[in-house]
Amino acid sequence: MSHHIVETQDLHYTYPDGTMGLCGVSFRITHGESVALVGANGAGKSTLLLHLNGFLTATQGGLRIGDYPLTAKNVKAVRRSVGMVFQDPDDQLFMPTVFDDVAFGPLNLGLPEEEVERRVMSALEIVGVPHLKKRAPYKLSGGEKRSVAIASVLSMAPDILVMDEPTSNLDPRSRSRLIQLLKSFEHTKIIATHDLDMALDVCQRTIVLHQGLITADGPTLALFQDEQLLARSGLEKPLRMQGCPVCGEWKERDHGGYRKGAEAGEA
Amino acid sequence: MHMADALVSPAVGGLMWAVSAGLIGYSSKKIKEESDDRKIPLMGVMGAFVFATQMINFTIPATGSSGHLGGGMVLAILLGPHAAFLTMVSVLMVQAMFFADGGLLALGCNVFNLGFFPCFIAYPLIYRKIVGNQASRGRMVTAALIAAVMGLQMGAFSVVLQTVCSGITELPFAPFMLLMQPIHLAIGIVEGLATAALILFIWKARPEIMLAAAEKRPLGKISITKVALGILATTLVTGGLLSWFASSKPDGLEWAMFNTAGLEELHNRDQALHAFLDDLQGKTAILPDYGFKSTAEAPKNEESPNWPAVDPATSLAGLVGGVLTLLASIIIGLALRRRKTQELE
Amino acid sequence: MANIDSGFLQIGRMDTLAQGKTWLHRLDPRAKLIAVSVFIVTVVSFDKYTLSALIPFFVFPAILVGAGGLPVRFLMARVLMVAPFAFFIGIFNPLLDRQTFFQMGTIAVSGGWISFGSIMIRFVLTITTVLALIALSGFNGVCLAMEKLGAPKPFVVQLLFLYRYLFVLTDEAIRMVRARSLRAFHSKTMGIKTFASLVGHLLLRALDRAQRIHLAMCCRGFDGRVPMIKPMGLDWKAVAFTVGWCGLFILLRFYNLPLKLGALVTGWVG
Repeated sequence: MSHHIVETQDLHYTYPDGTMGLCGVSFRITHGESVALVGANGAGKSTLLLHLNGFLTATQGGLRIGDYPLTAKNVKAVRRSVGMVFQDPDDQLFMPTVFDDVAFGPLNLGLPEEEVERRVMSALEIVGVPHLKKRAPYKLSGGEKRSVAIASVLSMAPDILVMDEPTSNLDPRSRSRLIQLLKSFEHTKIIATHDLDMALDVCQRTIVLHQGLITADGPTLALFQDEQLLARSGLEKPLRMQGCPVCGEWKERDHGGYRKGAEAGEA
Repeated sequence: MHMADALVSPAVGGLMWAVSAGLIGYSSKKIKEESDDRKIPLMGVMGAFVFATQMINFTIPATGSSGHLGGGMVLAILLGPHAAFLTMVSVLMVQAMFFADGGLLALGCNVFNLGFFPCFIAYPLIYRKIVGNQASRGRMVTAALIAAVMGLQMGAFSVVLQTVCSGITELPFAPFMLLMQPIHLAIGIVEGLATAALILFIWKARPEIMLAAAEKRPLGKISITKVALGILATTLVTGGLLSWFASSKPDGLEWAMFNTAGLEELHNRDQALHAFLDDLQGKTAILPDYGFKSTAEAPKNEESPNWPAVDPATSLAGLVGGVLTLLASIIIGLALRRRKTQELE
Repeated sequence: MANIDSGFLQIGRMDTLAQGKTWLHRLDPRAKLIAVSVFIVTVVSFDKYTLSALIPFFVFPAILVGAGGLPVRFLMARVLMVAPFAFFIGIFNPLLDRQTFFQMGTIAVSGGWISFGSIMIRFVLTITTVLALIALSGFNGVCLAMEKLGAPKPFVVQLLFLYRYLFVLTDEAIRMVRARSLRAFHSKTMGIKTFASLVGHLLLRALDRAQRIHLAMCCRGFDGRVPMIKPMGLDWKAVAFTVGWCGLFILLRFYNLPLKLGALVTGWVG
């Protein structure tokens, strides 16, 4: 089965006011891949994400989700298979209670109530917050909000998870909990982020965007070691790959250590 | 200015509720028909915006005092009359429930005064007429200013009518109006200035929003005559009903109760009860015969002969009994609280 | 209107109170909504010179507040905040209506004072019960009750949205107001130009947010209807609550309890 494929071909997008959003983006992401989308502010990450669920339509070029090209006709089916987690959970959690919110998608799919309930509870359990189900979204902490936002997408059983800055505004512990959670998902994942350390942990592959163009596409670690590439794209090395400010010891040892860990993790 | 429950008679409150409920139903139907599914979240967020904004004060130019935005006109301009009306109702509801501004019974009045006039009268008949087909900055600002002032003037007049018709206060019609209209002219100018300033800002920052708001929705669809006729009909029916039973029976509520219950045996039993109560009422001083003061014009002196002769003993009894019942209420409340805290421990 | 910080705290506090666990909190919000509505209509239906007959009605807010474990002081502060309005309208009564209503020893009490007292009592009664209703059911509970009782769906849904984003937008507004006042050392309130720009930015952000919410809804299959599972059956407790209270209100409406009681006591004593 190849229906988790995400493929873009020479995607161009110009905003109504004339600003260039994307100027020819092509990539192909296959089943089960986990891809980080990195780039400086304004590089076109969010614009690209908005294409993936058919909210924006490319001015030129094409997009395939699963086996079909994305058109106005099948946009609903595409939205069902692409679960989108927004940057600000407040935009995503609009229902009065956590339960209602996670149930929103399944209910719209027309599932029977028992099935909806089952899906809601299992989604909440996956992200580890079943105890919050009766709470109001505005009463939650940042980390809880993020978890619920992810649950609200998981309850629709999407094939592909698209996330915009999932680690922003989280405290360190919530962040590492989220990273563990993301690593446990078997979905195809596309994650737009500034958090390169997280990208290093979660994504084997990285696409670097700069001014609406792809400047690099390859294994995450290799790209992050290319200081020139990062500098050109307005980025910096992940903190973990930079020196220790106290002992001054870095580079070789740290890298070596990391590489070993990464390989062990991948194996 | 918000009407308060304490100043509204059930007749006026009920009438305004009926009218407002009709308008809510009508607007909801229109929203459904428009089937623009962006509207629902937009209305909610805009309502929250107006609510938040109402708590931000600014200095009124040329005076020392401060004012805030009411928001009815801004909503009407950005959302169109139907959505704006529903949003305004929601804002007023939240205020009534959380800040005790107004009250539940008076909500009908407030919705009518602060929602109906700006959204269904001032916006289509004043703002849209002035802006016309070619939206320009100057026109929009002028229109917003005039429409806001007029909307509030109508609202203030309506407050006067409602208060006087309720007959709870002694305020006579003419002086009360002379007090309210100028105050609300000032408030209206402030509201107009704030609305105009906001419109101007949006016009500069994101002209497309204003242009879209000015162009979309051919306004012919909101048939003013239909709305007006609907309100007239509701008023006549509800008002007629209320005044009929108010005049035919000493007590409107009594009438409504007995008639809606419709059970023979209840009726019979209640007649006995009624006779007993009449007897009791006759003796009481503090509960004179319930007179529905349905028209404001009735000179208040006419009422005085109706007062029964007062027996000081009954007044004393009323006072003592009142204090005792109040104490009893408080004790019940306290006892329940005590029990609850003990349970917790 | 309240100052923005205190306004925000106020809503938050009421919302927290609604999370309570007493039987009154758990009761079907429809029962509470109906009882409170009947209560208000009954209270305001009294003649304007009614004093003593209104007093027994205090039992309802007293029980709501007592059994619901609501903070009395907080609620009283709310009532006092809005009291001036009723006071200023009501205070005209003693000035305009000087007819002696009853004589107590040497003191003649005018009808105006009686009706003024009546206004203030109604005011306290109606306001406290409405506040108690929200503190016991929460805003969402009341909204759902309204929907179940026949309010139009689009209206209720946007009401829920409003309440949801009230917290987000008020918080945004507070941050902006704070940021302004930190840099405005002399002026307490802002001029209309600053106001327009501040509120205008808030408005633009609100519009953008509405768009993102709509997008988030579309991503999860929104097609104009907002579905909800609401297990709201009819239970006898709620029915008993509604019928019991409404019956009592109507009884108290026609039967002046304090007067009877007072007559009994004074008759006894005398």
